[in-house]
Amino acid sequence: MTTVRIPPTLRPSVGGERQVPAQGETVRELLDDLTSRFPALREQLVEDDDIAPFVNVYVEGEDVRTLDGIETPVQYGSTVILLPAMAGGSR
Amino acid sequence: MPGYRELLAHLRAEIDEVDTTSARDLTDAVFVDIREQDEWDEGHIPGALHVSRGHLESRIETAVPDKARQVVLYCAVGNRSVFATKTLEDLGYANVVSLAGGYVDWKRNGFPTQLPQSLSPDQRSRYSRHLLIPEVGVEGQTKLLNSRVLLIGAGGLGSPSSLYLAAAGVGTLGIVDDDRVDASNLQRQIAHSTETLGDWKVDSAKRTLEALNPDVNVLTYKERLTSENIERILGDGWDVIVDGADNFPTRYLVNDASVWHDVPVVHGSIYRFEGQVTVFRPGDGPCYRCLFPTPPPPELAPSCAEGGVLGVLPGIVGSLQANETIKLLLGIGDPLVGRLLLFDALATEFNEVKLRKDASCPVCGESPTITEYIDYVEFCTRAGSAVG
Repeated sequence: MTTVRIPPTLRPSVGGERQVPAQGETVRELLDDLTSRFPALREQLVEDDDIAPFVNVYVEGEDVRTLDGIETPVQYGSTVILLPAMAGGSR
Repeated sequence: MPGYRELLAHLRAEIDEVDTTSARDLTDAVFVDIREQDEWDEGHIPGALHVSRGHLESRIETAVPDKARQVVLYCAVGNRSVFATKTLEDLGYANVVSLAGGYVDWKRNGFPTQLPQSLSPDQRSRYSRHLLIPEVGVEGQTKLLNSRVLLIGAGGLGSPSSLYLAAAGVGTLGIVDDDRVDASNLQRQIAHSTETLGDWKVDSAKRTLEALNPDVNVLTYKERLTSENIERILGDGWDVIVDGADNFPTRYLVNDASVWHDVPVVHGSIYRFEGQVTVFRPGDGPCYRCLFPTPPPPELAPSCAEGGVLGVLPGIVGSLQANETIKLLLGIGDPLVGRLLLFDALATEFNEVKLRKDASCPVCGESPTITEYIDYVEFCTRAGSAVG
């Protein structure tokens, strides 16, 4: 079981949870598991069968794009962070 | 017992000396001025450290921790430095030389000198808590007073960061903002007040900051940062940019300009209960485009105006930005380069993820494909993003 941290902008798609458990041995399997249970997440995370370019996925603090991308293995018990860009600051 | 002259001659034969012309080429050596405060105040060798001879034994190991490093000691004419050289050798410094002829000979040769900037009595009092910290001290405070920081936005993030930078004595603050103070701002934008409702934010902020610290010169840019005006604004010369923008086109514009102008950006962003902080330092880490090659579609990136933000959150994130900025200006500590700090106000939890430079980044990568300003609004719209 892996804990996936859900950023505030994606929480409405997972019933408001800050983090949800997910199954999978790679980022792809993890995202498949998540999006099968929360279908609204799919278009917000996946584009052309890959991680959408405006979302970063971190496994144990490392950007998976610097590892094996969507095929990056995920160890049992590790923490995964989903991180889309936030613009807010001024107004 | 030998007298002073015999002792001096005896020690001079024991230690190594260097003449001023050769010393000038010792670019890796650290110069230590051992004269008294009043002598130092009248001018010294640029870059030299000041440790008066009376404090030499107790303070040199803090000033020069590396005992293998070459040290050039100097005084006025090269006599006191002979005794000091012996002292440093006794303390285990392996490579110490005395500057023959001292500062007088250095000056006579027309070599560069520097007048130390001293603080006024008012400044010594105002910044006394900084002066007590060895990492800041008079030298660091002087650096801050001579520093120039450009703030993008005088809103939620710009308010706390500009207040702390002004309080710290950062001598010149530039503020870019084209908005007026609205009642809905005051829940978090603490540089403004009920009295300045309706005023330009840059004017309101300038009043607050200069009232806090008259040492600070606030330059206001009452305009929205665009491809058309950014070169003019950056042309005024800035040491650090603090990015507290509220929209993606400005974020990408600031990023590209900072890479091309080689100015570090202290980035902060906030939404509801969460904040992100990092430092993009060109040449030394990733840029914003390495982190987010494209902006998200609008439904994934609601602004604070749409989604709301906890009022205190920008206070925390903006203060972290001020902290990073001061570290960059002073050259101390470990700035958030290559690290993205995530703050969750509900859980009161900080997390950190690693950021890496993307070799294929279109702006800071090995073969850049973007080398001049683009239409940032169009770029973000094309990516499906909202503006503002």
